[in-house]
Amino acid sequence: MKITTPEFKSNAVEALADENLQKAMGHVQVGFIEKRQVAADGLPEFEALRDNARDIKNHTLAHLDLYLEAYSEKVEQSGGHVHWAQTAEDARNTVLEICRKAGAKTVTKGKSMISEEIGINAFLEDNGIAPIETDLGEYIIQLRGEAPSHIIAPAVHVLKEQVEEDFRAEHTHLDVDRNLEEPETLLDEARTVLRQKFIDADVGITGANFLIAETGTSVIVTNEGNGDLTQTLPRVHIVLASIEKITPTLEDVSQIMRVLARSATGQELSVYTTFSTGPRREADVDGPEEYHVILLDNGRTNMIGTEFQEMLRCIRCGACMNHCPVYRAVGGHAYGWVYPGPMGAVLTPSLEGVEKGGNLPNASTFCGRCESVCPMRIPLPKMMRHWREREFERNLNPATQRWGLKIWAWIARHPGLYAFGARIAVRGIATLAGKNGRLASLPLAGGWTKYRDLPAPEGQTFQQQWRVRGGK
Amino acid sequence: MTPREAILGKIRSQISVGSDDTTRRTAVANRLSSTPKGVIPERGQVAPAECVDLFCQQAEKVHATVDRISTYDGVAEAVSAYLRGRNLPQSVRMGDDNRLEAIDWSKTPNLSRAFGPSDGSDPVGLSHAQMGVAETGTLIMTSGSANPTTVNFLPETHIILVHSQDISGDYETSLNQIRSQFGKGRMPRTVNMITGPSRSADIEQKLLLGAHGPRSLHIIVVDD
Ligand code: SF4
Repeated sequence: MKITTPEFKSNAVEALADENLQKAMGHVQVGFIEKRQVAADGLPEFEALRDNARDIKNHTLAHLDLYLEAYSEKVEQSGGHVHWAQTAEDARNTVLEICRKAGAKTVTKGKSMISEEIGINAFLEDNGIAPIETDLGEYIIQLRGEAPSHIIAPAVHVLKEQVEEDFRAEHTHLDVDRNLEEPETLLDEARTVLRQKFIDADVGITGANFLIAETGTSVIVTNEGNGDLTQTLPRVHIVLASIEKITPTLEDVSQIMRVLARSATGQELSVYTTFSTGPRREADVDGPEEYHVILLDNGRTNMIGTEFQEMLRCIRCGACMNHCPVYRAVGGHAYGWVYPGPMGAVLTPSLEGVEKGGNLPNASTFCGRCESVCPMRIPLPKMMRHWREREFERNLNPATQRWGLKIWAWIARHPGLYAFGARIAVRGIATLAGKNGRLASLPLAGGWTKYRDLPAPEGQTFQQQWRVRGGK
Repeated sequence: MTPREAILGKIRSQISVGSDDTTRRTAVANRLSSTPKGVIPERGQVAPAECVDLFCQQAEKVHATVDRISTYDGVAEAVSAYLRGRNLPQSVRMGDDNRLEAIDWSKTPNLSRAFGPSDGSDPVGLSHAQMGVAETGTLIMTSGSANPTTVNFLPETHIILVHSQDISGDYETSLNQIRSQFGKGRMPRTVNMITGPSRSADIEQKLLLGAHGPRSLHIIVVDD
């Protein structure tokens, strides 16, 4: 997918002016935040489970090579195939090769962020294979030709009226006079239209929430059941997963499962948690005849052993974006790539390079909500600061910003000059503001005064007052 | 160098693995063999009878309906009555599960049964769960001819039987049971954990039941 992250600022300005988007983003509050709180409060062990989930992943990442070896051995033992992909391109080519061998014309897909990351849909289309998204949210954005704007609710930015328009435009074989006003009727229509596609597909592609080293199993967690139909009905099942999805044992998965759904949607557990191990066995009457896992690196190994390693604990629950004031204001598309919100602000520069993604760590108020709700206790603000430092070190931020900071730093190191300047500024601004004490505009502060008045300082500088109060 | 070697080699160099890797290898072998349990929620750690009650409450919370009957003798009647109450046809699709086979279906001559995997044309599926988990009202199904996976997902209505003795308090206990049944490190092809009927909130975050899987999930707990 084309990355528009460098244009974050203009993307955000557009998003703020988009009325539909602003209305749709209002649903995040009730839909996610309140429900997560209720679910967390409903389980006394929630905090202890978060600690353990963090420890399990830390242990796994410290032994990732060994667990990957154990995992792949188990997959092969159960009759499955493991394909290692260093880059997105390698992964795409492997998918295509498997599809070609299977003589595939259509491919159904369960929701997978990795498939977005490697841009598999466009690639398959270019090669004459039709990919069909089956998760309702993904289906909607596929019809709209958009990218997901949220990692678990891909169409959170779309209003139901817009879905209706899209369905009418796409499902032209259906009665034009049908009523599609309610979400229920839209869901029914999607169910009916997609049912046949599930049955006709030659290959099914899903992601994985966990890969279990102990058993060579891939696990998907869903609510709709589309992932299960995707991997049960076609002859070939392809699992697209990144290397950090490895989890040692069935017990370890159970621990993390308990914090995943609660943090994501506020459910105690998602409706379907499905464990798949290899292709169908002799005694099976259904299920895929071939089972392939593509293990993707795509820049993740670069993060191991660095200050960004902890990001690899992420289980893609979406809590950090749900609770982020910046995300809720601008939506996911402004971030310009697959992963939005705080986790995207750390991941995008890690995977796509600080040149392209370096803007994102600046899109934060550092309020710390993301870290406080992250089930894996990932220190997101700290990592965003690391990226800011790196961006600065590499001269990637604008010249005005760099000069501004340099001048400020020089003045701050000269206390006499600083105090003198501050006194002048306080008096100057107070005079400019006049009687009502507020400024509607101020040179160099347009970014502030465009949206609100600047209150003028009253009386003395902080340092003057500090001295008068005797340092208390 | 194969892609596998490249990825594994990169990880080792980033972690700075030295020439002696015994400690790390032992740590991994230990975890895989001892499978430590972690934090188990108190809520499921109760006497068996309470555990079954908790299972039923939790399942109802996620919009499943629950019926409790005392013996397998009552199953055929219970299934038939549920279908009648819902205005559904008296026909079910099922696998060749022993416990389902042993039921005396002659009591409900109008109830027809089709066997084998579903092709999407069956209105109702009937399965027997391997286990139940009380902490979240979850059913655990293992794939095979006894309970085909397609029966779990394609019919609009899914009726699942579970034996009260198979209900445990937590996921760990149930998964460990699968481990002892299939052998350490081995799994059936598919294990489905099912918690309520399928749903979606993808349109304006409004929760709707019945996405691609069943719209209704009816659980019959046999107390025996
Ligand atoms: S960073 Fe944490 S909160 Fe955000 S998606 Fe990942 S696990 Fe969830």
